[in-house]
Amino acid sequence: MEKRSRLHLPRVPARPGEAPDFSYLQLSPAGAVPRPEVTARARDMSGVAQELVRVLDDAHDAVGPWHPHLDAADLQVGLRHMLLTRLFDERMQRTQRAGKISFYIRSLGEEAVSVAQCMALRPSDMLFPSYRNQGLVIARGIPLVDLMCQLLSNTRDMCKGRQLPVMYHSAAGRIFSISGNLATQFPQAVGWAMAAAIKGEDHLAASWIGEGSSAEADFHHALLFASVYQAPVILNVVNNQWAISTFQGYAGGEQRSFAARGPGYGIAGIRVDGNDFLAVHAVTTWAAERARQGAGPTLIELVTYRAAAHSTSDDPSRYRAKDDYQHWPLGDPIDRLKQHLIKLGEWSQARHDALSAELDAIVVKSWKEAVTYGTLTEGPRLDTDSMFDDVFKETPQHLQRQRALMHRERE
Amino acid sequence: MTPMAQMNMVQALNSAMDVMLGRDPAVVLLGEDIGYFGGVFRATEGLQRKYGEHRVLDTPIAEGAIIGAAIGMAVNGLRPVAEIQFADYIYPGFDQIASELARLRYRSAGEFYAPVTIRTPCGGGIRGGQTHSQSPEGIFTHVSGIKVVMPSNPYDAKGLLITAIEDDDPVIFFEPKRLYNGPFDGDPAKPAVPWSTHPKGQVPEGHYTVPFGKAAIVREGSALTIVTYGTMVFVAALATASLGLDAEIIDVRSLVPLDVDTICSSVRKTGRCVVAHEATRFSGFGAELLAVVQEECFWDLEAPIQRVAGWDTPYPHAFEWEYFPGPKRVALAIKAVMEPV
Repeated sequence: MEKRSRLHLPRVPARPGEAPDFSYLQLSPAGAVPRPEVTARARDMSGVAQELVRVLDDAHDAVGPWHPHLDAADLQVGLRHMLLTRLFDERMQRTQRAGKISFYIRSLGEEAVSVAQCMALRPSDMLFPSYRNQGLVIARGIPLVDLMCQLLSNTRDMCKGRQLPVMYHSAAGRIFSISGNLATQFPQAVGWAMAAAIKGEDHLAASWIGEGSSAEADFHHALLFASVYQAPVILNVVNNQWAISTFQGYAGGEQRSFAARGPGYGIAGIRVDGNDFLAVHAVTTWAAERARQGAGPTLIELVTYRAAAHSTSDDPSRYRAKDDYQHWPLGDPIDRLKQHLIKLGEWSQARHDALSAELDAIVVKSWKEAVTYGTLTEGPRLDTDSMFDDVFKETPQHLQRQRALMHRERE
Repeated sequence: MTPMAQMNMVQALNSAMDVMLGRDPAVVLLGEDIGYFGGVFRATEGLQRKYGEHRVLDTPIAEGAIIGAAIGMAVNGLRPVAEIQFADYIYPGFDQIASELARLRYRSAGEFYAPVTIRTPCGGGIRGGQTHSQSPEGIFTHVSGIKVVMPSNPYDAKGLLITAIEDDDPVIFFEPKRLYNGPFDGDPAKPAVPWSTHPKGQVPEGHYTVPFGKAAIVREGSALTIVTYGTMVFVAALATASLGLDAEIIDVRSLVPLDVDTICSSVRKTGRCVVAHEATRFSGFGAELLAVVQEECFWDLEAPIQRVAGWDTPYPHAFEWEYFPGPKRVALAIKAVMEPV
């Protein structure tokens, strides 16, 4: 056959009406991937960027060199944070459907990413999240009422009504403001980490983006600067396979893993089972130790699946197989940790049910409190004058005049 | 009183950064070629040697990364001064400036902010062609949440740059590069005039500031008001001198925030106004100046306001002086505004 140039289009494994197909995924058996020394050179460990680090096996046992040997109490805390994240998401999704909030984004199926990573870091480490990282905010202990007030844009909204729902932040909790534009936080996290190094501090920065937005220049800028200055930063690509309707192959994941971008820049790259709480915790701990020992940045690809729609404005039944998540080969992160704890004799279905009921009651109680501070349509409202605040530190003359003009049109 | 020294604009900028690096350990510089080499225009010469490689960083050629990293540094307590080698190169960093730097304080309700100063040489007249001559200030004045300044002389350059570095809001600091070495008046045929001949070339050696939001009345007069900034301050002076007119020339200096009072008091006094800048005309910052004067001073105006600008084309290499809004173009606008109605 005549050889000629061609245009290749990445193939989506299953569209609506087709059988789910995850045969494209490269999997490694639990316990099979070696754990390099934390100070190993990036070029000497490119294997971990292609393989898949897993700790929990199919029998729910923790195996292999990445086994983090966490106390059962820590695992129970992790389970609690993940479950709270899921129950919060479920309630807020329904709240949006009832018209009480304008927009919502769930993290269903990806809870281990945020919760395990947050728990593997120190409270003094700075987090630069994306919009599906509510588990970070919950694991850092920010009260649900605060998150709900943000969703409601009410009088207690941390953003004073300026941001879409889910764009949380907490200066005290060391959680950076979420932009809403994609990938911009990546080079900012590197800059933050560079400043920590310049100041001789021991803190590190961690940031998250989706595999889809790793296509943005900001992703490559971040890797470049992280490599050049060996910044103490952990750069996480949450590969949940979908960027709204666009499959990960269109972000360049078909030919090479996202973790393998790391070695290309001279950065340690590790591909990990993102639904395996223990593996995610272990890999993040490894990367944090590496950064704190001056051995530089790590790129972590967390392989997971966006089980829910992109957002409340999205309908995935129009572009992907309907029951795909039931066939996802890496299972559900909450269920897997739960089964592991049961196997350890540290958990039971009865305790799980009791915890679910307790957490759901917290969500319901928090919502009841949050709406007393106002909703989009009822109750107290933010002072409209405040919309002219914080454009600059001090309000300049032209904004003062516009505020006065607004008063006149409201008379 | 700090002793005075003779400086050109590059030396004044260098002195501002030297003073601030010495006073505040949070100040860091970053940019392409700025460290060991001292910058392609020499603005950071000697500063890495004096303050170390951790304070004055050479960076890869990635403007988006320079701005993005500077934001992160600022959030972590530093006061970065980022150099974008030419204003023409700033666009890869535009999203980080417009969507991030300018809005961080607002979107986080004041919990996070980024005191970043972006220095960048702008303007033509150096045979730079269409990618080393642009004046994109109007693109940035249209972004809410960022301060925009452009000095026209060494004294203002140093004082405004110190203000920028000390300011808790982000600042884009445009440096008209044709003014680096002397007060160029728009006539390329004349021998170059150094800053040593000009009173504004006398600059305090130590710390001082020139405030934002304050225009300078460069020349007092009664016949008309010329509102301008950057290189055009000197072009306007030559044009009025050639016509023998008693013009009041206002150097805006600080585009955001804008000193509306100084501009409008002058126009109310003279009744005539010409707005001049080197940037392209259509939707340029001159349109904003003109609108402000029209809104505030309409009943004091004796004639329609005139606008002088670069043509709405890219800056052509071969026709640099036909493009540049020189003293003749300014003089034509002045004549038009002086005509009896």
